[in-house]
Amino acid sequence: MTVNEQVAIDHGLKKDEYKKICDLLERIPNITELGIFSAMWNEHCSYKSSKLHLKNLPTKGKNVIQGPGENAGVIDIGDDDAIVFKIESHNHPSFIEPYQGAATGVGGIMRDVFTMGARPIANLNSIHFGSPQHKKTKNLLRGVVCGIGGYGNCMGIPTIAGQTSFDESYNGNILVNAMTLGLVKKNKIFYSKAAGLGKPVIYVGSKTGRDGIHGASMASAVFDEKIEEKKPTVQVGDPFTEKLLLEACLELMEGDSIIAIQDMGAAGLTSSSIEMASKGKLGIEFNLNKVPCREAKMTPYEIMLSESQERMLIVLENGKEDLAKKIFDKWNLDFAVIGKTTDSKKIELYFDNSKVADIPIDTLVQNSPMYDRKWKKSKLPKKIKIKKEDFKNLKIVNVLNKILSNPNICSKEWIWEQYDHTVMGDTIQKPGGDSGVVRIHGSNKAVAASVDSSAVYCWAHPLSGGKQIVCESWRNLISVGAQPIAITNCLNFGSPENEENMGEFVECVHGLGEASKYLDFPVVSGNVSFYNQTKDVGIKPTPTIGGVGLIKNYKNVITMGLKKTNNIIIVVGKTEGHLDQSIFARDILNQKNGPPPEINLFNEKNNGETILKLIEKNYVKSAHDVSLGGIITSLAKMCIKGKKGASIKKPKYLINIFEYFFGEDQGRYIIEIEKIDFKNVTEILEKNSVHYDELGIVNKNELIIDDKSKVTIDELIKSHTNWLTNYMNK
Amino acid sequence: MNSSVITFPGSNCDRDMDVALKKFGFKNKMVWHNDIELPKSDLVVLPGGFSYGDYLRCGSMASKSKIMKSVINFAKSGGKVMGICNGFQILVETGLLPGVLLRNKYLEFICKNVFVKINNKDNSYFKNIKKDTLELHIAHNEGNYFCSNEQIKEINDNNQIALYYSDKDGKVSEDNNPNGSIKNIASVFNKEKNVLGMMPHPERMIDPALSGEDGSIFFKNLINNLK
Repeated sequence: MTVNEQVAIDHGLKKDEYKKICDLLERIPNITELGIFSAMWNEHCSYKSSKLHLKNLPTKGKNVIQGPGENAGVIDIGDDDAIVFKIESHNHPSFIEPYQGAATGVGGIMRDVFTMGARPIANLNSIHFGSPQHKKTKNLLRGVVCGIGGYGNCMGIPTIAGQTSFDESYNGNILVNAMTLGLVKKNKIFYSKAAGLGKPVIYVGSKTGRDGIHGASMASAVFDEKIEEKKPTVQVGDPFTEKLLLEACLELMEGDSIIAIQDMGAAGLTSSSIEMASKGKLGIEFNLNKVPCREAKMTPYEIMLSESQERMLIVLENGKEDLAKKIFDKWNLDFAVIGKTTDSKKIELYFDNSKVADIPIDTLVQNSPMYDRKWKKSKLPKKIKIKKEDFKNLKIVNVLNKILSNPNICSKEWIWEQYDHTVMGDTIQKPGGDSGVVRIHGSNKAVAASVDSSAVYCWAHPLSGGKQIVCESWRNLISVGAQPIAITNCLNFGSPENEENMGEFVECVHGLGEASKYLDFPVVSGNVSFYNQTKDVGIKPTPTIGGVGLIKNYKNVITMGLKKTNNIIIVVGKTEGHLDQSIFARDILNQKNGPPPEINLFNEKNNGETILKLIEKNYVKSAHDVSLGGIITSLAKMCIKGKKGASIKKPKYLINIFEYFFGEDQGRYIIEIEKIDFKNVTEILEKNSVHYDELGIVNKNELIIDDKSKVTIDELIKSHTNWLTNYMNK
Repeated sequence: MNSSVITFPGSNCDRDMDVALKKFGFKNKMVWHNDIELPKSDLVVLPGGFSYGDYLRCGSMASKSKIMKSVINFAKSGGKVMGICNGFQILVETGLLPGVLLRNKYLEFICKNVFVKINNKDNSYFKNIKKDTLELHIAHNEGNYFCSNEQIKEINDNNQIALYYSDKDGKVSEDNNPNGSIKNIASVFNKEKNVLGMMPHPERMIDPALSGEDGSIFFKNLINNLK
């Protein structure tokens, strides 16, 4: 095929990008080379619209071993142990083919983690669907959940936490973000930087097929009515092969054979080889006839662009080929020496004895486009005025029951019971808590992890929303008694070519950077997913934060279920009654305007650190952060989990009872303490200038508000558990 | 007591089983599926997981792997063989245990705690367990036990049903059948009661910090019975 401007445009490149390629090469590329450029220069691989802004994120900290730029981030958790973790999106493929899209998303992120030498110990996911009434939602949800489970369960890695939301802005673009944590010894971390000349480059894992060609380019474009035709760009997963690949790689990693290793993810053999060579400032040479292929007569173009799953590229020490081959043979995996490192600083490909590509690595990486896209600043919306009569006919118990059965609040048990969350025998906190917690095998330590996003807040005001999610992640870790350490982010947005979407991106990133800097909660890895858009309609901005924290002794993990009758319930943090953008305002009052709750980073940090002090002193019997649905919703969940009731009274603030109980002010927690500790606890809170309200006491089985309104815990459980199961089985 | 845990390609509860057996005093060895000889063992365990990716039929390919010849001979000469989850599926495929394991009734993977009623305590696995019901954990996609009417009669008559899914008081009814198993069967023996297959995972319930501790009761009792 002759390459010209139109062919380049068909590959997703812009006119001026094609011109730049011709200028850099000083000639017209052939079709294989054009394919390689299009794979390296698309948004998904090149971060061309985002990197200018991502530079400003805080990425360093005393526990950070490796920040962004590798396959995953790495943090130090003491005793020579390190946690490798990252979150990644698989949005576009999951909409086209939910089972395989979600499954390969999980497979891809696990590969990113074990590429670095870490055995995966926990999976999490954040999944977002269109309105429950939308005709595609149910099947997409079923397919995605089945795909996540299908892959993670077979690998034998527990799925310990997650988040699911429904919003009509995802009707045409669902989100599937998968996160994995792995455990590695600090001195056994593997990186992707190639080194040394003439070193053998080996290919291991599955054979290369024609699946997923142009997957990364597809994920860098807007959807239209021809979406069904894109099915062949979705990769097909085989978790069994990945399990073998995991064991084989970890076995090879026990020795000292590997110089560099990189999984073949987006843009397959192309991006993995180029990244390794680029980081090592080397060249790389392949004989493509040596690549194990699944199908006959695959062309160099197809081999280089295939996104077949479960494959790795490794630069070995000379003379270690036999040893490595033996291990991969044992696990029944393909093994082939396909090339070597060179000093040419070029990627040179041979096929059927002729050279089929010859590209300087610099032109693909350092010279890749970077755009300073136009973006629009958003204003803080004016506060809505809620009139007294709006509350008049509302009964607090009815409102609470309605909120507990809201699709975004209700129990997601139907989902997480399909994920194996107990395999590996170290799951201390299973899904349904503030964070998932897994023990570090054979030790007293545990890590906590949580995934969060708040698209509604980000949509109403991206800067505040960006800050809010980081704070929410921080609170979720603190609520289980973990010291927050670092985060990974998955930034899901519409088209960067649209000024408003780009503005949402820029300001969300700004907000999350500000919060993570203030909280000393650095970003160590992440991924950007733009073009979550169908025609002109983009999704609500949805940055997802995956937070990781450390618990020194797993026996001190705090759970949210209320524990003992007559214990005291305290709300920590100040309640101003902010209803704008709350579930209450949006769902009960049908009021969708106004600003999201304000973030006060000083209070956030101070309140969180004080809670950790109380936990350390063993005062806290149960804890839960206050988030969607306000104090009463959070307390109801504590009642449900603990199968206990509570008798509570609104403090004598001047605000309305609905504002107090349903307001979504930030930086708050509910804790349960013993009566005898009350004086000590409140002294600590006062000494640290932390506002608190004494809310009431734990009782047997009823939630009683201001002596007047009553509801049994059984009724709350019903409201909370039934919606999703009924919806899925209808 | 010496035990052996077989690792097939795709096994993923082999480490968990190793941890559990050692915790309760077994000297455990991991055995590779391609080995031919079993080490000297008082107990052989086929662990959970997705041997050979569950391709073709769960447990089918693993039942034909090299080591299984020795396992089958060991079982036929009276050796204790226990298959958990995928291990149960493998034992059914070898013909050492009766019946088959179909996909769960609602076609969904299920991971949760369940209660099981012990039906037969006259064997080395459950003898001396004081409780009549145990709280264990299941995690499977194909745990829906099925067999013909004649077989049901036969295993009933021979007292081969080991565990029923039940409520916490041991009441067996459709309400507490998680996967559609015929008669709520969660676990069966061979005729001689030296081979046991069970869907629940006792190895995941050996620590108060985990989902529960009834697995500890099972293992403590097992090693004492084998001594």
